[in-house]
Amino acid sequence: MLNFIFRRLLIAVPTLIFLVVFSFLIMHSAPGGPFDSEKPIPPAVKANIEKKYGLDQPLYKQMLNYIGGIVTEFDFGPSFRYKDRTVNELIADGFPVTLTYGFIAFVFAVSIGVSIGVYAALHQNSWLDYSTLSFAIVGQILPNFVMAPLLVLIFTNTLGWLPGGGWEGGKIQFIILPAVALGTSYLASIARITRSSMLEVLHSNFIRTAKAKGLPYKTIIFKHALKPAMLPVISYLGPAFVGMITGSVIIDTFFSTGGIGLHFVNSALNRDYSVLMGVTILLGTLTILFSTLVDILYAWIDPKIRY
Amino acid sequence: MLIDHEKSQALAENLANQAEVQGRSLWKDAANRFYHNKAAMAGLVVLCLVVIFTLVGPLFAQWDNEEIDWNALGNIATAGAPSIETGHYFGTDELGRDLYSRVIQGTQVSLMVGVIGSLIAVVIGTLYGATAGYIGGRLDGVMMRFVDIMMSVPYMFILILLMVIFGRSIFLIFIGIGLISWLDMSRIVRGQTLSLKNKEFIEAAIAAGVPTFNIIVRHIVPNVLGIVIVYATLLVPQMILTESFISFLGLGVQEPLTSWGVLISEGAGTMSYGTLWQLAFPLFFFVITLLSFFFIGDGLRDALDPKDR
Repeated sequence: MLNFIFRRLLIAVPTLIFLVVFSFLIMHSAPGGPFDSEKPIPPAVKANIEKKYGLDQPLYKQMLNYIGGIVTEFDFGPSFRYKDRTVNELIADGFPVTLTYGFIAFVFAVSIGVSIGVYAALHQNSWLDYSTLSFAIVGQILPNFVMAPLLVLIFTNTLGWLPGGGWEGGKIQFIILPAVALGTSYLASIARITRSSMLEVLHSNFIRTAKAKGLPYKTIIFKHALKPAMLPVISYLGPAFVGMITGSVIIDTFFSTGGIGLHFVNSALNRDYSVLMGVTILLGTLTILFSTLVDILYAWIDPKIRY
Repeated sequence: MLIDHEKSQALAENLANQAEVQGRSLWKDAANRFYHNKAAMAGLVVLCLVVIFTLVGPLFAQWDNEEIDWNALGNIATAGAPSIETGHYFGTDELGRDLYSRVIQGTQVSLMVGVIGSLIAVVIGTLYGATAGYIGGRLDGVMMRFVDIMMSVPYMFILILLMVIFGRSIFLIFIGIGLISWLDMSRIVRGQTLSLKNKEFIEAAIAAGVPTFNIIVRHIVPNVLGIVIVYATLLVPQMILTESFISFLGLGVQEPLTSWGVLISEGAGTMSYGTLWQLAFPLFFFVITLLSFFFIGDGLRDALDPKDR
């Protein structure tokens, strides 16, 4: 087990370094610096500004400073565009929002997806089974950027039940649509995966033995079948989490929730390099950490997995 | 005697007929299975119709995709509605441009992104995976660790980063998508190669002195082609989704070029003004094309996957 964790970290750490170094280098090879404006500023002023942001130092030193700042003080530096705000403030501002509806979407997708999947497997070839299957296919072709407009069209423009954007400090009616839009396609995938793995488990020998032994139905399902059936679902949680983090960019932009994705897109459109990089590194680190965690969890639960 | 004669004649006839019966190849078997899959065939038909539409459609267009209809401009909700008389079969977009032409163009761009991304994956992924799997040992370890690392990089952010820094162009989208699309493919091909490389025909090739590269290209690659095709078909919608995702954010292809992501985004932005067709038409093509690809991919998997035989 320790050996496996060590080997998994051996992938995660270089990935992190690769992410930081790559985005840093690419940022700095960009044509046009953050202070290029249409009106040329005097060279002395420009030199002063560059000195203030440390842009006059050699590249490797800038990079070391930057990484050092993140590691020791969690400091992503100042925003190049909003002169009075640091990247930290922007992140502190947007991250709780994204985290709130992201967490709700995740719980929503996993709990409902697993329940539907198990139910469909237990009632194979029933109408619910078929609707689960078609729902899973539909979920695949209705990604969050299609779900979001459709939901707003139905629940805001037509029915008028829920607000189509905004956050208002996280009132429940502002959370529902973003969370559903973000979670639906993953819900569909989880339902499909749960269904097929549950079916496989239900046809296995040990379940037949349990039935032959005369164990109660509930005990068979919840004590014996559910645990092994959850394994493929757990291994899907990693990609699902990554997908939701990426998808939050769409949700933040479309619903104007003011989450971190909005800052990401705005900084991309404004060429605000420090914000863009801060968000990339933060979200990238999160995805890498979570994937590693899920892999380790998976290996821990399933003793058969030893790479 | 007479009976014997008749018998032998019948036998000869039988033999003659049998000689005409050709042996069915594995590919023919697979094709047969595919033809009997109704969902997959329906998908294929729909996909063909979409492709034909993008090729033939421009002939019927009365407006160019960049041309602005000034009559419709101030009053999109009524004057820009879909109608045959004005020549805007799908209506106009918010700037008074003909949506019919733009949907055709967007479909062309999105399909091209999907197909080219998938082709890159097929070429690079197959060669990379087959090489790693066939040569094995330390090279395999290094090559696959590299894939592991590349796979855990959150590529969507990197892709957006690239687009922001080096300017938004369709060329860069191809490069960015090509960079990541082959990773899964190489893993799959490597796994297949590992099981192939100890087979007798490979041994025979080695004994006959065939160079390693030729063994990979002539003997390994054709044998993994089935699974490569299946996976490539399933990769096309993924590539389209990736491109649409970036374009939806306004960070993808640049005007006057357009793609499904841009059109859906524009349509979604104006749907509260009573111009629903701006969302409906691009979304319709997006959904039916992706559905077709998924059904075709599933059908191909059922037809080509040896596990299900």
